[in-house]
Amino acid sequence: MTKNKTLIYLLPLLMFFALAGLLFSSLGNDPRLLPSAKLGKMLPDFALPSLYGQETLTAESVSGDAFLLNVWATWCPSCRVEHPVLNQLAEKGVDIIGLNYKDDEGEARAYLKQLGNPYKVVVRDDSGDLGLDLGVYGAPETYIVNSDNRIVYRHVGIVTMENWQSTLRPIYNSARKNTTLREVSQ
Amino acid sequence: MNSVRACLFLVISIIAFNTLASIEIYEFESDEDERRYQSLITELRCPKCQNQNLSGSNAEIAKDLKKRVYKLISQGKSDTEIVDYLVERYGDFVTYRPPVKPSTWLLWFGPFILFSFVGIFLLWRTRRVNKEASNKPDVDREKLQQILSSYPGETKRTDDK
Repeated sequence: MTKNKTLIYLLPLLMFFALAGLLFSSLGNDPRLLPSAKLGKMLPDFALPSLYGQETLTAESVSGDAFLLNVWATWCPSCRVEHPVLNQLAEKGVDIIGLNYKDDEGEARAYLKQLGNPYKVVVRDDSGDLGLDLGVYGAPETYIVNSDNRIVYRHVGIVTMENWQSTLRPIYNSARKNTTLREVSQ
Repeated sequence: MNSVRACLFLVISIIAFNTLASIEIYEFESDEDERRYQSLITELRCPKCQNQNLSGSNAEIAKDLKKRVYKLISQGKSDTEIVDYLVERYGDFVTYRPPVKPSTWLLWFGPFILFSFVGIFLLWRTRRVNKEASNKPDVDREKLQQILSSYPGETKRTDDK
């Protein structure tokens, strides 16, 4: 009986610790990082103009091997921070396709002329329709699309050398065909 | 004085212009469609500004989503189709009514579980208290009177109290 009573009196304390533990574990969570609904799904179909040239780009025409799909815009300050990293990755042989999101064509070209162009092709999504189909809610966002045109990863925010090394690179490499032959090192 | 007035006029017209600019105007085929649009944009959540619904938000993405909702309504899509369409792209996050599935069970049933725990606890406690009340020690009144009468002084003292 006394043992039972002690237990009952300890209950509020235990509940407090449980709640404190729960809240503490959630402290590091970033509420802005939403799970992507598109993981494992195919890249949505689109038919959009290229930033350079007259051709119409489609999901099929940009596919081939795995690539990074980088959502960027000239109005996005973080994209400027991220840009040198993308240039470095392109130099290493990483395939990056740009999605110029809700932007002005002329400004976008001037931006790439000034900062360098890491993109294999740049898809112009002036209306934001492809962005909406992808579930983009801000720029920059970077998707890893595998050789079957399936979205395998979504990175929200700036790509840095650190998160490339730790997270994106392994996923990108395993998304490629002939991983052993064409692995991107470092 | 005139320049102050001109200034004020300018400021007010700028404010007025801004308010106008933030309202999207859509033409609906029927009042029913408009009502559906209004209820959908209050029920859908803006992915960027997380504590607002689409109707309360002026973020670019919210505008795009409202435009898409309008388009889907004009295409004759049903409410569930439209919500599914957005959930397919933005996840359960976009709706303020999360679907019932294993990862949301705690959210849906948690309060009821907690409530029944409290209920069970209260029931258990009242039953115990009742039991204690009925477990009053049996007092043999006659014997008590006998004992008390054999100590006249004691009886008096108790009466004084």
